[in-house]
Amino acid sequence: MSTKPSLREGAVRIPSGCAIAGIMDRSGERHDGTDIMAAIALMHDRCNGLGGGFAAYGIYPEYADLYAFHVMYESAEARAETEAYLGQYFMAEKQERIPTEPVQSIVNPPDIWRYFVLPHPMRLNMSGLDEAEYTMRHVFRINSSIPGAFVASSGKNMGAFKGVGYPEDIGAFYRIGDYKAWLWTAHGRFPTNTPGWWGGAHPFTLLNWSIVHNGEISSYDANRRYVEQFGYECTLQTDTEVITYLFDLLVRRHGFSQEMAAHIMCAPSWDDIDRMEPDQAAFETALRCVYGSALINGPMSVILGSDEGLLALNDRLKLRALMAGERGSMVYLASEQAAIELVCPEVENIRAIDGGVPFVVQLDEVARRKAAESPENEPGVQSPASLFTGVAPAQAKRKEA
Amino acid sequence: MLDYLLPRYKVLRDDDLCIRCGVCERSCSNEVHRVDGELDRVTANHAKCVNCQRCVVMCPTHALTIAKWPQVSNGSNNWTLETMQDLAKQAQTGAVLLSSMGNPKPYPIYWDRLLLNASQVTNPSIDPLREPMETRVFLGRRPDVLRVNERERTVISKMPPQLRLDVPVMFSAMSFGSISLNAQMALAMAAEELGTYFNTGEGGFHQDLRKYGSHAIVQVASGRFGVDVDYLNAGAMVEIKIGQGAKPGIGGHLPGEKISAEVSRTRMIPEGADAISPAPHHDIYSIEDLRQLVYSLKEATRYEKPVAVKIAAVHNVAAIASGVARAGADVIVVDGFRGGTGAAPACIRDNVGIPVELALAAIDQRLREESIRSSVSIVAAGSIRSSADVVRAIALGADAVYCASAPLIALGCHQCQDCSSGKCNWGIATQRDDLVRRLNPEIGAERVVNLVRAWNHEIKEMLGGMGLNAIDSLRGNRAMLRGVGLNEKELSILGVKYAGE
Repeated sequence: MSTKPSLREGAVRIPSGCAIAGIMDRSGERHDGTDIMAAIALMHDRCNGLGGGFAAYGIYPEYADLYAFHVMYESAEARAETEAYLGQYFMAEKQERIPTEPVQSIVNPPDIWRYFVLPHPMRLNMSGLDEAEYTMRHVFRINSSIPGAFVASSGKNMGAFKGVGYPEDIGAFYRIGDYKAWLWTAHGRFPTNTPGWWGGAHPFTLLNWSIVHNGEISSYDANRRYVEQFGYECTLQTDTEVITYLFDLLVRRHGFSQEMAAHIMCAPSWDDIDRMEPDQAAFETALRCVYGSALINGPMSVILGSDEGLLALNDRLKLRALMAGERGSMVYLASEQAAIELVCPEVENIRAIDGGVPFVVQLDEVARRKAAESPENEPGVQSPASLFTGVAPAQAKRKEA
Repeated sequence: MLDYLLPRYKVLRDDDLCIRCGVCERSCSNEVHRVDGELDRVTANHAKCVNCQRCVVMCPTHALTIAKWPQVSNGSNNWTLETMQDLAKQAQTGAVLLSSMGNPKPYPIYWDRLLLNASQVTNPSIDPLREPMETRVFLGRRPDVLRVNERERTVISKMPPQLRLDVPVMFSAMSFGSISLNAQMALAMAAEELGTYFNTGEGGFHQDLRKYGSHAIVQVASGRFGVDVDYLNAGAMVEIKIGQGAKPGIGGHLPGEKISAEVSRTRMIPEGADAISPAPHHDIYSIEDLRQLVYSLKEATRYEKPVAVKIAAVHNVAAIASGVARAGADVIVVDGFRGGTGAAPACIRDNVGIPVELALAAIDQRLREESIRSSVSIVAAGSIRSSADVVRAIALGADAVYCASAPLIALGCHQCQDCSSGKCNWGIATQRDDLVRRLNPEIGAERVVNLVRAWNHEIKEMLGGMGLNAIDSLRGNRAMLRGVGLNEKELSILGVKYAGE
C-alpha cells in the first residue's frame, strides 16, 4: 500500500486492457472457485499483475438478508474510524477478518474485514430513503471520506475479492476455492499506469451489482457528466464505475430491466431504426432522445453480475472479444474461447457475443418471476432535486450524499 | 462642413491587365468604378469602396485588388487611425455609429485554444468510411424518466415534440428585410436538402417560403412582426428571441425606405413605415412573464412544436438559462458576442456580451448541477466558423449549433460589414431588385449544402478519431478537449484540462 497517491485511480484517468470471465449455474446450485480461477489464469497474458479480482454470488446463505460489507484497511486507524461509522449507521450481526493465505507475489496486502449489517432502523426511517439508497450513500461516504478505508463490496449474499496482483494469485490469497457461489465473475487487469491500488482493482461493485469490464470507453466523460446529475460521484474515474452507475440509474431508479438498460447503453443505430416499423422506430427514437447521454461508445465488453444473474454486453461495433458457451444449466463467458474450453471441454453452443446485443442469463427462478411481472417500468427514487435540497447549496449537499 | 473622413480602402488596378470592359462598374452598387471612354481608362472613387470584393471576383482579368488605405497613423496605440476616424464621423453627423456582422475586435477566440483528442493504442479510432458514424441529433424537452412497455416495445410516457436534425448545424435567424428573399430561399432549400432548419428571423414568413415550413423555425421577437397563428404553425419550431449576441439589450430598427411592398406584406406593417423592434418584449419584464409567453405559444401550436428561447451571452447567462429552462423552454439558444447582425450600434457590437464558449460551458455545467441538463436542449450560436468549432461546441455541452455568417459566406458574403447600407453587391443583405437577382437561390443552396456536407464529413472524421461513432457521446464530453494558452480560471470555466494533463 505504498503507491504514490497521485497515480491512483481517482487522481488520474487510467486506460486499461483486461481479461474477463464469468461462470454461472442457472439452477442456482453453487460451485467453488476452482473453475473461475483456472479460466482467468489461462488468460494470464492479458493481465500485467496490476490488478485482479472475483465477484461471487450466493456465498453467504446463512446471512442472505444482511448486507455483506467487504472492507479494506490501510491502517488500524482507518478500521477504527470505519467501525465507529458503521456502528453509528448500521447494526452488525457479525464481523470478522476475511481469511487469507500468504502468497509470495502479493506484498503488503491491506487488512481486510467483512461485516454483515442492516441499516440502523431509526436512522433509516429518519433519512426518508429506502434501504438500498441509504446503504449506498453510506458506502459512498466511507469510500470518499475515511482515509485508508475502502468498501470493496456491499451487496447481500455476495462479495468481491480483489487486489493488486495477477488474478490467480489474488484468488489464492483470498482462498476463493473455499467459497461456493452460483455466479462467479473474474477480472485480470492490464492498466497502462504504474502500480494500482487494492480498492481500485476490479470487479467494481455497488450494492448487489458487480461489474468486470475489458476496454476503454470513449464516451466516458459524456456518461460521467450525465450520471453525476443524479447524485453519483465518479471518484475513481474508471469506465467500470460509470457503467455501474448507469445500470443503477436505469434499473434501480428508472425501473428498466437489466436487458433494457443494456439496450439503452448500446442503442440500435439510426440506420437500423430507419428501417423499423413506425411503432418500433418511435420506441427506439424516444429511448435514444431521452437516454442519448447513456449511450456507451468505444471498445468494451462487460459482465454485469447481480442477484438476478449475469448480463454480458459488447459495444455496438464489437470492438472487444467476448465468447459465450453453455452446458446444461451452466453458462460460461470469457474474453478467450480457450478459457472456456479449459474448464468445460464439452461446452456447447460456443459463440461470440453480438455487438450491442445484451446477453442475459437469469436464474431460473428469477426468469419465472420476471415473466409474471408487469412489462412496464416502474420508476423508483428519481426526483434528483430531493437529493440536493437543503440548507446548503446543491454542490455542498451532493458531497455529503 | 468639410468631411474629415479618409477612405478606408484603396482600389488597386493593374493597368496592364485591365481591358476596360466595365464589369467592375456594373458590379458595384457603391459606384466606386467608372469607365471613362474618352480617356480610355477606369477610375475609382476610393472613398465609396466597402471592400465587398465583388469587383475583385468578377474582374475577368484579375486586374483588381483592394488594399487598406495606406495612410499611416501617428504611431499611437491609443489614438489609432480607426479610433480617430470614428470620432470624426460622429463629429460630422452627431449619430450613433452603426455597423454590421460580428464583433471584429481582437478578443480571445476560445475555440482556437481548445484542442481535440484522438485514440491511440488503448482504444481504436473508428473509420467513418467503414463503420456507421451518427451525426443525427434531436432537439426538444425530455422527461427525466421514460416509461415504456418492454414486452411490446412501446412508449407509455407522452413524448414531447422533438426536432430532428440530420446534421448538428442549423442556420440562425436572419429576417426577410435584413436579407433578401433569394438569400432566405437559398437557406430554406439547403435546410430541406440537408435535413436541418433555417430560421425566419423576426421579419415574418414570406408566402413563397412556406412550402419549406417543415424545415423552418419561426421567430417571435419583440416587434412581433408577421406573427399570427398561421405563422406559428407554419414552422417546425417556434423561437422566442430575447436577445442577440451581436447586440444584447437593444432592439432593432429597419428604416421605412427598406419596407417594400413585399416586406410590408410579410411583416404585416404599412409600406414605408419604420419597423421598430423594442429592446425588451413589452410583455416580458421578468422570468415569470417569459413562462406565460412560452405557454401561450405552446397553446397556439397545440403542444406539437418545441419552443426555443434565444438569449444573448451576457454576464449572468448560466442563471438566466436555468430560469429559461424552468420557464418551460424546450430548447435554449445561447448567442455569443461574435455573432453577426444586419445592423447594430458599433458600441454595442464591439463591447457588450461575452464569448459563447464561456457562456455555453457555464450554462451546461449549471444545468447539470441543477440536474436539469438532460431535460432541455442547448444550441450554441455566435460565430461557428468550421466543423472543428462545431465539434468543440458539442464537446463543451451543446446539442447542436446555429450558424449564419458561414452560410452567408458560402453565398458570397465577404464580411465587409456594410449590410446596413442595403447595397449588398452579393444580393444578400439588400432588397434592391437588381442586386437580389444576382443571387440565384438554386446555386446558392447548392453552395450551402456543399459547405455543410463537407463539415459533416469532417465531423465524422474527428468523431471517429476520438473513438466515437455517435455524436450523442460527444455532447458534454469535455475529456475530448484540452486547453492551450489558457489560465486556470478559463480552464475551470470551460471545464477542460490543460494540454499534457
